[in-house]
Amino acid sequence: MSTNDIYSIISAIMAAGAAGLVGGFALMKRMALAGDVISHIALPGLGLALLYGINPLLGGAATLALGIVLIWRLEKKTGLTTEVTIGVIFASSVALGALITPKEDLVEALFGGFENITFEGFIFAVVVSLVVVYMLWRLKSKLILALFSPELAEATRVNTNLLNFYFLLLFGLAIILGLRLLGAILVGSLIIIPAAAARQLTHTLGAFLTASAVISILSVIFGFVISTKYGITLGPTVVCVAALIFALSLFKSKK
Amino acid sequence: MPSEKILIVRNLAVKFGEYTALENVSFELEKGENLAVIGPNGSGKTVLLKSLLNIIPHEGEIDWPTDVRLGYVPQKIEADRHLPINLKNLLSAKADILKIKKSEINPVIETVGLTKEISRVSIGHLSGGQFQKALIAFALLGRPNVLLLDEPTASIDQPREEQIYELVHRLRDKYNLTVISASHDISFVQRYATKVFCLNKSGVCFGTPKEVLDTKVLEKLYGGPHKYYHHLH
Repeated sequence: MSTNDIYSIISAIMAAGAAGLVGGFALMKRMALAGDVISHIALPGLGLALLYGINPLLGGAATLALGIVLIWRLEKKTGLTTEVTIGVIFASSVALGALITPKEDLVEALFGGFENITFEGFIFAVVVSLVVVYMLWRLKSKLILALFSPELAEATRVNTNLLNFYFLLLFGLAIILGLRLLGAILVGSLIIIPAAAARQLTHTLGAFLTASAVISILSVIFGFVISTKYGITLGPTVVCVAALIFALSLFKSKK
Repeated sequence: MPSEKILIVRNLAVKFGEYTALENVSFELEKGENLAVIGPNGSGKTVLLKSLLNIIPHEGEIDWPTDVRLGYVPQKIEADRHLPINLKNLLSAKADILKIKKSEINPVIETVGLTKEISRVSIGHLSGGQFQKALIAFALLGRPNVLLLDEPTASIDQPREEQIYELVHRLRDKYNLTVISASHDISFVQRYATKVFCLNKSGVCFGTPKEVLDTKVLEKLYGGPHKYYHHLH
């Protein structure tokens, strides 16, 4: 194993842990679809960055930030049917991204597998993962209350509007963390699939969130092992492992 | 009777865009009272409570003393049955946000007549009565001196409804609480309320149940004889 491989696997594991936790809350907030849209908005940014030879993650981050503000505004506006608007943004970002992204990089942008991670990239991934986990820990009480009843949260002096914004921000960071590994199309799956499997397997909040993070990390580890052994692409392998765990979790009958 | 004022409301108005939900609402309340807010559907009872809680934009004056601590029991929560959240989680969350000691959590669970076991059951799996008690426990955490309840028995059947009113009555005595509840059930209002405020976007009447709850006033409030909602099962 080269130093680069070690950087890759460590940053992937940390990103997976953060994504699993974010996914747990996203699943409870029922925002899986919104999450997918946010991740797709990264594609035009990735494309533009690749076109101009900038770090693709920076480009992705820039359009993601835009997307997050957009979704946040949409959530506040009740007059619009959110699903329709989300559908429009979703499709148009993929189309725009596909047009902008240089042909030879399109597969990576969509399905992950950008080449070598630098030392700076490694540090960035570790720090951002820790920030996401720490922020979720800090916000967890407010998130739990707002999940149960936004009204009751407001009465407990929680600014739910601001809280939603912070959560979208953490969601965006989790996506940036996963982009290198999984690409714009698949990155949402590492957030949602482990959470979905964890929900099948657990009954309490603590167990659910822990399981979600652990399943996400296991998906990355097994995905790494399998893809190295058989020489297949890492990102899709990780997602397939996660999907397999989800399929297995369905066998556990839930009361 | 205590005579210290705990709440003064003057010219309260709430508008949602073009729609006027409340206008020209004024009343005063003394410490320790049990105020029932009655009125037909859409008369603004919930909006009034939310204004008192300061969680919706409103105009006019709402004066609470500086040491007021409000406990709130909302009308109906569409609890997602699949949320892996239990009462214990909710109480811990509130304690965490408002910096309340964790040691206060178990006592409020007992106070409302629930058990530690029930506090660990997913909130979506509780019965209507247990759920309502859980909400009251949530409101009680942090030692409120005013309890605001919005139709506390809207989603449960009659014997349990009685239990909830009895519980609130007992809590009021025990903790010297001021209670403000929106209610549609005139028989419970007659039994427990010390003051009644009739609301139909603006105040229609205010006084003791004896003064207020005669047929004429109710006809005016609910529009025509026998139209007011008297819980039928």
